[in-house]
Amino acid sequence: MSRNTPPPRRLSRPWHRYLLLAALLLFAAFYLLPLYVMLSTSFKSMEELRQGTILSWPDKPGLAAWAKAWSSACTGTDCSGLQPFFINSALMVVPAVACSTLLGALNGYVLSKWRFRGSELAFALMLFGVFMPMQVVLLPMSQVLGWLGIASSIWGLIFVHVVAGIPSTTLFFRNYYLGLPEELIQAAKLDGASFWQIFRRIVLPLSTPILVVTLIWQFTNIWNDFLYGVVFTGADSKPITVGLNNLANTSSSVKEYNVDMAAAMIAGLPTLLVYVLAGRYFVRGLTAGAVKG
Amino acid sequence: MAALTLSQIHKRFGATEILRGIDISVEAGEFLILVGPSGCGKSTLLSMIAGLDQTTSGRIHIGERDVTDLPSKDRDIAMVFQSYALYPNMTVGQNIAFGLEMRKVPKAERLATVERVARMLQISHLLTRKPGQLSGGQRQRVAMGRALAREPKLFLFDEPLSNLDAKLRVEMRAEIKLLHQRTRTTTVYVTHDQVEAMTLADRIAVMKEGRVLQLGTPQEIYARPATRFVAEFIGSPTMNFLSVQRSGQGLSAQGFELPLTEAWTAALRNCPAATLLYGLRPEHVRLAAEGLPGNLSMIEPTGPDTYLTVQTAQGKIIIRSPGDLQARVGDAVHLQWDPQSAHLFGEDDQLRIG
Repeated sequence: MSRNTPPPRRLSRPWHRYLLLAALLLFAAFYLLPLYVMLSTSFKSMEELRQGTILSWPDKPGLAAWAKAWSSACTGTDCSGLQPFFINSALMVVPAVACSTLLGALNGYVLSKWRFRGSELAFALMLFGVFMPMQVVLLPMSQVLGWLGIASSIWGLIFVHVVAGIPSTTLFFRNYYLGLPEELIQAAKLDGASFWQIFRRIVLPLSTPILVVTLIWQFTNIWNDFLYGVVFTGADSKPITVGLNNLANTSSSVKEYNVDMAAAMIAGLPTLLVYVLAGRYFVRGLTAGAVKG
Repeated sequence: MAALTLSQIHKRFGATEILRGIDISVEAGEFLILVGPSGCGKSTLLSMIAGLDQTTSGRIHIGERDVTDLPSKDRDIAMVFQSYALYPNMTVGQNIAFGLEMRKVPKAERLATVERVARMLQISHLLTRKPGQLSGGQRQRVAMGRALAREPKLFLFDEPLSNLDAKLRVEMRAEIKLLHQRTRTTTVYVTHDQVEAMTLADRIAVMKEGRVLQLGTPQEIYARPATRFVAEFIGSPTMNFLSVQRSGQGLSAQGFELPLTEAWTAALRNCPAATLLYGLRPEHVRLAAEGLPGNLSMIEPTGPDTYLTVQTAQGKIIIRSPGDLQARVGDAVHLQWDPQSAHLFGEDDQLRIG
């Protein structure tokens, strides 16, 4: 850099910057502390925990607590860890997220690009579903599941999550598709494309940002759900959140904090992973309406 | 036989009347331009021809087929949109081929068509690119290519040049004209730009408030505008109007006797209107030693022409002079014109007289 050019602006008032940075670091530390405590505790042995140094780095980090939480911790009377619950959740979350997202995309496509008499009303009614408290549907839904013959099963839970998710996924997609130029659809109609061809060949390929947002949203909601998981499942179809609750509430002689923490991490990791993998699309998708094109 | 016939097209949105009875018939191979200010209904009319909008009443025929109730895809038309509406997720080649693919044209034939169209529009080197990587002019060409590929009975253009800069607009205008001369596909073209209308059209329909005010060749519309609105809309700078009263056999404006031809005098005899508008195109008025006196208040050179604003007792008059004019603001001047080049309109109904 030559002497004549003025220094870049960001160096001109450093103390501003440092103050800002310090504040940000402080907040980051504050919010990351629980995660740190969880992780470090999960790698400690019970011996070390008894010394009561909650913030210290593990002396001899080990995976014993993780192994126990995964396969041998007791949840009630059964002592096979979180593994079966995790598998239940995985089996449930994939079809539930896929179905609710796809149906939301389809609904959004119809409600934004194929308006019909009453479509606005249909959308308004659907919005009710977004704000409906979960508790309201418990009794009627168990009745419906009974009629359908899928009560107390993973299928029943999938069904509940799909139905409960459709209002918000529809809202996401509908608002996103409002930003797609009408002329694009008109051009496709003139080109001879049908309702489904336009959806599959033009609208869906342009949906990546909102698709990712919806996938993350639905995955997080469904994976973390406890209420439906507890109410609508049988003994062998309970999801991970219920497993975690049972594990933490099963009383034994000593409270195994390291196992509890490892279990909580196991329960939380998938959503964390999804967010890390797709998070940048999430932010991009949320602001997609603002910068079209 | 007409390639496109619009009969008594009406369109209402609730209480608002968008179109109030449009009757136009377009000959095969003809280039028709719908021109008018925004809100005149020209784009709505085009959408209805395309099948993207429904008529409230009236029939649309393409050839002998009544297409009023047919969906767009069965009308055998292609359209170029203002925003081009290229599919952003497909390459240029896929964009052009999409319509053929939807109509189940075999792949080999599709590729051949894309090749041919791309060569015609000089976009062969762009076929593998996505629309996002193209410039405005290139997108415009691709949009035209997509329309051309299908060899439709009817081309529709919806203000296709309005997103381009001035220079490119002139270029693409010429290309559209050449393309039409080559393919001779019947075309309906919507624009609000009167220059585009004059340069491209075989016939122009000037629209206002849901009506066609005048339908004719560019020459007819320029030389014999049917209403004051048409006279003002076509031509730049716009036509000058003097408010005039009758005086005996003739007409006068603020005491100045206006020159009239025999034909005007005869037409005036059958006309009851007391006050009239006397229209003069800027290019038909010239500076002279005598005539209507005035004061030169502004000079706008454009190169080949110079526009002069002359303040007269009868009102402001703009004239178009050769570019090498020697004159200064403030000069006292006199204006003359050939009475044959004047236009007369009723003050009340704004309709042409004679």
